[in-house]
Amino acid sequence: MYTPSIIAEAVVNGLLTGAVYALVALGLTLVYGVLHIINFAHGALLTCAMFAIWALSEGLGLNVYLAIPPLALLFLGLGYALQRWVIGPASHGDDGNTLLVTLGLSIAIENGLLALFHADTRTLSGDAAFDVVELGPMLLSRPRLIGFGVAVLVALLLWLLLAGTDAGKAIRAVAKEKMGASLAGIDVRHIYALTFGLGCACLAVAAGLLMPTFYVNPRVGNAFVLVAFTIVVLGGMGSVPGALLGGLLIGVVESLGGLFLGESLGQAGIFVLFILVLLLRPAGLFGARA
Amino acid sequence: MSKHAFAPVALVLLVLAVVPAFAANTTINFLVSALIVTLAAQGWNLLGGFCGPFSFGHAAFFGTGAYVTAVLQSRYGVNAWVGFAAGIAAGALVGGLIGWLSFRAGLRGSYFALITLAFAEVFRIVANAIPLTGGATGLLLKLDVRPANFQFASRAAFAWIALACVVAVLALSIAIARGRLGAQFAAVRENEDAARALGIDVLATKLRAICLSGAVTAAAGGLYAQYFLYLDANIAYGSWISVEALLAVIVGGIGTPAGPLFGALALHALGEATKLFAGAITGIDLVLFGLILVGAIAFAPAGIAGSLQTLMARWRR
Repeated sequence: MYTPSIIAEAVVNGLLTGAVYALVALGLTLVYGVLHIINFAHGALLTCAMFAIWALSEGLGLNVYLAIPPLALLFLGLGYALQRWVIGPASHGDDGNTLLVTLGLSIAIENGLLALFHADTRTLSGDAAFDVVELGPMLLSRPRLIGFGVAVLVALLLWLLLAGTDAGKAIRAVAKEKMGASLAGIDVRHIYALTFGLGCACLAVAAGLLMPTFYVNPRVGNAFVLVAFTIVVLGGMGSVPGALLGGLLIGVVESLGGLFLGESLGQAGIFVLFILVLLLRPAGLFGARA
Repeated sequence: MSKHAFAPVALVLLVLAVVPAFAANTTINFLVSALIVTLAAQGWNLLGGFCGPFSFGHAAFFGTGAYVTAVLQSRYGVNAWVGFAAGIAAGALVGGLIGWLSFRAGLRGSYFALITLAFAEVFRIVANAIPLTGGATGLLLKLDVRPANFQFASRAAFAWIALACVVAVLALSIAIARGRLGAQFAAVRENEDAARALGIDVLATKLRAICLSGAVTAAAGGLYAQYFLYLDANIAYGSWISVEALLAVIVGGIGTPAGPLFGALALHALGEATKLFAGAITGIDLVLFGLILVGAIAFAPAGIAGSLQTLMARWRR
């Protein structure tokens, strides 16, 4: 009943989705790796970015891919401001407080979007979802192929930024030893906010890559945020390559799970996986520190 | 609770006890909802406030209490009071299970918060899919108004029962806070390693806290089922109750026995007021709740009860 070609197609489609998941997770893992906090508002911010893409594309008639760079810049600034002037000061440097502050933000953002756009599910008009490319025996969606390419490219850029630039060096220094970095003249609050902004910029890119084939409603981020947490834990908290591999893996697992388990219980699969990962491999599959 | 905060708590309880005798149905509805959230929040406080671990998924206990109460009656003909008691026991059991799995794996802080959230979501999806719980159509309890059946002709009677539950848990919380168990909870909350060095069995202490917490929040779920006589997965296991239970505690005063009561009443009053001013815009009250959560942590980490205590202490001096 499941021929090899169907399974192969599911695996490839899983990889394509997984790359975008990885991008969402990348933002989360970056923030965790440097600030050592879990940003609970990550999903709500993604939803926000998806609505922004929807509005830019439907309202102003902008091409989705052209909307990504300005939105990414905007989210970089937004994230910077959020961390510097809201999350940082409000949580008094306590991790439990940060979790609650970001939870509060996520509730406010999610319901703000609900009040503005109502609970309707929206998609981009146009037939991008049916635009397919033939690859051997498989039919693959062109927007998802583009999504895969861009996601990998952004991950690479981020890695280059962290490895090669002064800002990247400062970020890595703060991640390793906050006090030492501060003594060396690095403004830790600035680096925290910058990292948070970079995480949000990843979300803006991911939103642009998702929208052509996905839908948006005020609660859509919730599904993504747990997927992203699962990936981050799987890949090892704070690890960039781990997030990328974890994302691809989760994409494939979800795709195959949907194929074998069906839609309604397949949803539970991601949460069960998350629980199992936390209980059994809290240090991540690749053995990074917990 | 210190002696300073006793007078305001007694006053609030007195008002809550008298109001149902005179109030209109809408007022009583408001009171019962607020009291149910209070009870759920008291459960959250026993774990998160007294012992330390923050849960983002108390819906897991609320929903279990609600569904066990309702399913036993509607499918197996069990008496409603017995069903209610079974719901409370089931809440403790689920608490024990989640606690045993996650505390034994050493999950703390954010990790624990996230795993409780994931458990609640799994329960919600399963309850939404299987026939036992009525699936997505939900579960309607048969209207059969007899006190023996935990259904009352007057709404006031129900408000008093809810109030009695809240007072009972308040008394329990005070007793725990003053007793040996409360000291153990506090030791674990402040520093697990130090608590272990003092000879406290950290795992057992946390398990006690989460079982108690699960039972109390499950009682809130059971009351919900009996009052509204309808359940579906998004009500019983929905994130709204996880959020409100936590928020009521943070706003009211974390770790104080009376905090959940103050917090739930304040939040519900505020929610109603927002609906009054903002009209029918869905979600606007929750936007406010989210901002209050941020504001409470930023500016009033001790909550209403904490601020009251400081105020009363200053006044007496």
